[in-house]
Parts: sequence; structure tokens; C-alpha cells
Amino acid sequence: MTGKAIVEVRDLVREYRMGEERVPALRGVTFTVDQGEYAAIVGPSGCGKSTLLNLLGVIDRPTSGTVSIAGERVDQLDDARATEFRLRRIGFVFQRFYLLQALTARENVELPLAEAGMAGAERRARALELLDYVGLGRRERHRPSQLSGGEQQRVAIARALANRPALLLADEPTGELDARTGAEMIALFERLNRDGTTVVVVTHDEDLARAAKRVIHMRDGTIVDDVRVDPADRRVEPAGLAPEPHER
Amino acid sequence: MLATLAIASLVRHRTRTVLAILGVAVSAAMLLDMVMLSSGMRESFRGLLLSQGFQLRLSPRGTLPFDTEATIRGADSLLAVIRARPAVVAASPVLGGQLHFPTSGAAVTASALGVEPAVQGDYELVAGRQPTAPNEIVANDATFRAIGHSLGDTVRAAAGYDPQLRTYSGERTLRLVGRVRFIYLALDQRAVALPITTLRAMNGPASTDRISLAMVKLRPGADVERERAALHALLPQVTVTSTAQALEQVDQRLSYFRQLAVILGSVSLVVGFLLVTTLVTVSVNERIGEIAVMRAIGVRRWRIVGQILLESSALMLIAAPLGLALGLVTARWLDSILSRFPGLPERIDFFLFQPRAAWTALGLLVVSGILAGVYPSWRSASLPIAVTLRQEAVG
Repeated sequence: MTGKAIVEVRDLVREYRMGEERVPALRGVTFTVDQGEYAAIVGPSGCGKSTLLNLLGVIDRPTSGTVSIAGERVDQLDDARATEFRLRRIGFVFQRFYLLQALTARENVELPLAEAGMAGAERRARALELLDYVGLGRRERHRPSQLSGGEQQRVAIARALANRPALLLADEPTGELDARTGAEMIALFERLNRDGTTVVVVTHDEDLARAAKRVIHMRDGTIVDDVRVDPADRRVEPAGLAPEPHER
Repeated sequence: MLATLAIASLVRHRTRTVLAILGVAVSAAMLLDMVMLSSGMRESFRGLLLSQGFQLRLSPRGTLPFDTEATIRGADSLLAVIRARPAVVAASPVLGGQLHFPTSGAAVTASALGVEPAVQGDYELVAGRQPTAPNEIVANDATFRAIGHSLGDTVRAAAGYDPQLRTYSGERTLRLVGRVRFIYLALDQRAVALPITTLRAMNGPASTDRISLAMVKLRPGADVERERAALHALLPQVTVTSTAQALEQVDQRLSYFRQLAVILGSVSLVVGFLLVTTLVTVSVNERIGEIAVMRAIGVRRWRIVGQILLESSALMLIAAPLGLALGLVTARWLDSILSRFPGLPERIDFFLFQPRAAWTALGLLVVSGILAGVYPSWRSASLPIAVTLRQEAVG
């Protein structure tokens, strides 16, 4: 780890109540992600990776443990502060794109900018700049229903980048795309990271995981492996994790 | 942008939105009608009482004007006292009675008002002129039709008629010089007016120096209640009623109308409220995922609530003008039915359109529209984001 830590997670536990029973989704996870890193969280379904992503994205609260993003504790924020934090510091990309169907591509990108209080002309210029960045500059007036899955996901990425977030989170971003479009998306994420965006993706997609600089393997709510991928000599080296509580 | 989303949400399911708007419009029409009914008759009566500018009415003690057949004796001195008051502009005596018109068949009977034509406030001239000479009379359309005469004709009229002996008393030959519309009488009620001196003479000694009612017009700016109290003190043999008091009497008599209007108006408001709540709830439930995504990307809760409230308010605002138009049409139709009720003055309206009533109805609608959206919007904006997104992904 060479950069400043953007994500710091300590002893994170998340349990769900199923009637009288408590079902653990995360069993004490500890790790950090440095600024400029590109990390992929992989593992079988139900291993807790999406739960972890939700906690990093401040759309859920842990049962115990702490989460700090860009130096700010976010695990116990009230609703208003959590919303403000998501707006300005987090970018979210979902498997199903989740664009607002009533809005054009440009308006979808403008939504978080408008929410952040950016004035109309500046907002439009920024939205167009982002659409250009993801290769959709000429599709600004199209509504989601007029765009392909890959194009919709590009708009979703542009929307996620709108307020220059400290952290971009993506939940199975290639899950709904065909192989060719998925490959384009992988290339886009690599480019985003090269351009300085810190990226954490949750994925089943091996190609997407391989493209990441770091792969965190999860199973049964714990991190079982954490490796850094050296693209130069394709050497895999340990990420220097603090040992998980259950492994001690 | 939120307005775009709100409109898009309404347009997305056009049929449902149109049906909801129609439903709310019907509810709004009912609400407007009930608001109009609750105050219409009173305001209509008020307008009627003030239409000729008379603010005080003197009737036999303990009675309301024309509530009984009682009369006031000593009319000339009473009128002299009234007219001597500095605040009084005019005093109009009225003697009520009946006139019988012998025809080829049965006699035609009409209500008769003895008046001083120069100051009378009981009728409006439609054609011809005032009955200034002692042998002149004016009548309304119903009387003209019943007696089969025209303006300018001469008719025989009698103050008394014995149906068993078929004999008339107090007969006179009178000339029909005017066609009039009586302000306080029903449209189909036969009625005539003639100089009070003529009617007294026809009635005989029983009505000498008597009147049924005196109406008093005050100078502009005069204190009506003060003058009423002064006349009441000066003239203990009469009851002096101001327009405000008469309206109080009307209010008491019409209280059940108002209660009915309030109940039906409330019901229609609740129906409209539930209709919008249902529509907004269904619409919001379909967009739970969309709302969760908006929350996830940082859209504030109150902004989402605002967007949904905008939808419900827009529904109400679109439905309101339709409802108001429909309400006016139905009010006119209902009024025409109710106005046929026997004995009601022609000018009384049950449903009187007043801008204030329309604004009240519109205000109630918009407020209920906003309230209708509060619960579904707050509920949807408060759902746990992560759980909702997971359910949406699974669904």
C-alpha cells in the first residue's frame, strides 16, 4: 500500500434478523483501500460482498465495527448526513443500471449535480463532459429505453462520477451485459482508475476481477484472501491485510 | 427536474391518471356544490333583503314580516314618527291582502299589496308604469295569465268573495297599468299591487289606518342597529327587524341545509383524498426501486417527498377546474329543480356562485391533495435503501 487510505474498515459485522434468528452476513471484516486503487471483491453468492459494498456506500448500517471513507467515520451517520455524504463522496454503479426512465441521458447525469446545487449551465456542461468521457456525447438526448444495456451502464457511470466522488462503487456492473459489451465496460473501469478514480467492484465476472489491481476473496462473511495483481510481471503478491478476527 | 419526474410519473399511466382526475373532478364538483349550498341560500336571501335598499322592517309586535295576517294599527302616526327620524330616507308602508277577479269561470284570487308607489320596494316594473292614480293596479305575469287581460285593460276586482253565495264585496274597476315582478314572492304566485289607500278603501273600515309592514331605508353610513333600537324604543307596538336579524332567523331556519351541505361536502372531500392517496400509493409502489436509487445517489428525502407531493397536487390542480366547471353545471341544474319548491321567492337561489366559495373549494382540494401524498411519499422515501434495492434486484 503506497497511497493514503480512502477506505478503512475495522471489525465490520452485519447481521440480519430473520424472525427470532440473527443471520450474520459479515463476520468481522477488516481491510483498507488506498487512494487510486482498483479493488475487486469476489466470492460465491451470499458470501457478503454486496452487503460490504452497501456499507461502504453508506446505504446500510453495520451491526458493529467501523467504516471510514476519506477520513470520515460513516457507519453511524444520520440519514441527512449519510445522504449528503453519498451525494458528494460516493459514486454508485448498479448491475441493473437504474437510470430514471423519464429523464434523458444528460438529465440522468445532471440529477446528482442538481442535487448538489450546481447551476443549470454549468451542470449541463459537466454532464456533457462526462457523457463524452464515457463515449456517449452524441446520445445526450436519448432516454434509457433508447439506449443499449452497455450505453445505459455508461450513463450510470457518468452519473456516478458527476460530483467527483472519492470512491466509485460498482455492484456487478457487467452482470447484465453480453461478453463484448462487458469487455468494453472492463476497459472503461480500467481507464477510470488510470485517470485517478478509486474503484471498488463486486463481481462474479472473472475478466473484470482480473482487470483489477487487487482481488479480495470473500466466503461466509469473511475475507479469505486478498491479493495484489502486478500487471507488469503478472505476479500475485499478498496485500498485507491485517488478519481477520476469526483467523487470529 | 423533479417536476419532469412528477409529470412523467402521471403520464406513464395515462388511463389511470385520467380516471383519477375524473374521479377527483366529480368529488370537487360535489364539494363546490356543497360549499355553494351551505352559504348560497343565506347570501341569496341577504341580497334579496338588501336589493331595494331597505335595512329595517317593522311588523306587528312579536311577528316577523308577513309571518301572520296581523296588522299594525295607527299606521299614519307610526309612519310620521319614522319619517321624522334624521337617519331615515324613506319609509314604505305595505298592507297585505287578497283581491278576487271575477272571470267567466271561477274567481281568480291573487295576493294584493297596498303600497305607496313612489317609495315601494316590493316589486320591479317590467313594463308600463307605476299605479299612481287610485284606480290603477299592476300585476305579475301569473296574474295576467290567470285573468286573461292585457296591459291597459280595465278589470273588476273585489277585496272580498263569498264562495257559497258567490258574492263580492269591496268591488272596484281598476286599470292594469304595469307588468311587474314581485321580489319576495314566488314566480308562479299570482300577485298585484295598488295604492294602499285604494286597497284600504276596498277592504272597508277593518283596514283603515292599518299596515302589515313598513320598510325603512336609512341614509348611507347610518348605524342600522342603533336606529333599530331607537325605533324599537319609540314604537313599542311593533317589532323592528334589521337585515342582520332577519338573516339570523334565516340561518336558524336553514341550519339543517348547512349541516347537510357540510356533511356531504366533507364526504366528497374524503372521497377525493382517498382517491388521490390510493393513486399515489400505487404509483409510488411501482417506483420503489427508482426512489431507492435516487436516495442511493444522494437525492435528499425531502426532495423525493416534494416530488411525490407535486404529483398529488398536480392531480388536484388539473381536476379542480374540471370539478369547478362540473359543479357549476350541476348547481344550476339542481337549483332549477329546487327553485320549483312552492312558495319560494323567485330570486332565491339555493346554489349561489361566489368566488369565495370557489376559492374555498379549490383551497380545500389542493390542501387535501398535498396531504394525500404525504403518507405514501414519506413511506417510500424512508424505506431502507439497501434492502429495497436487493428486493428490486431479486424481483
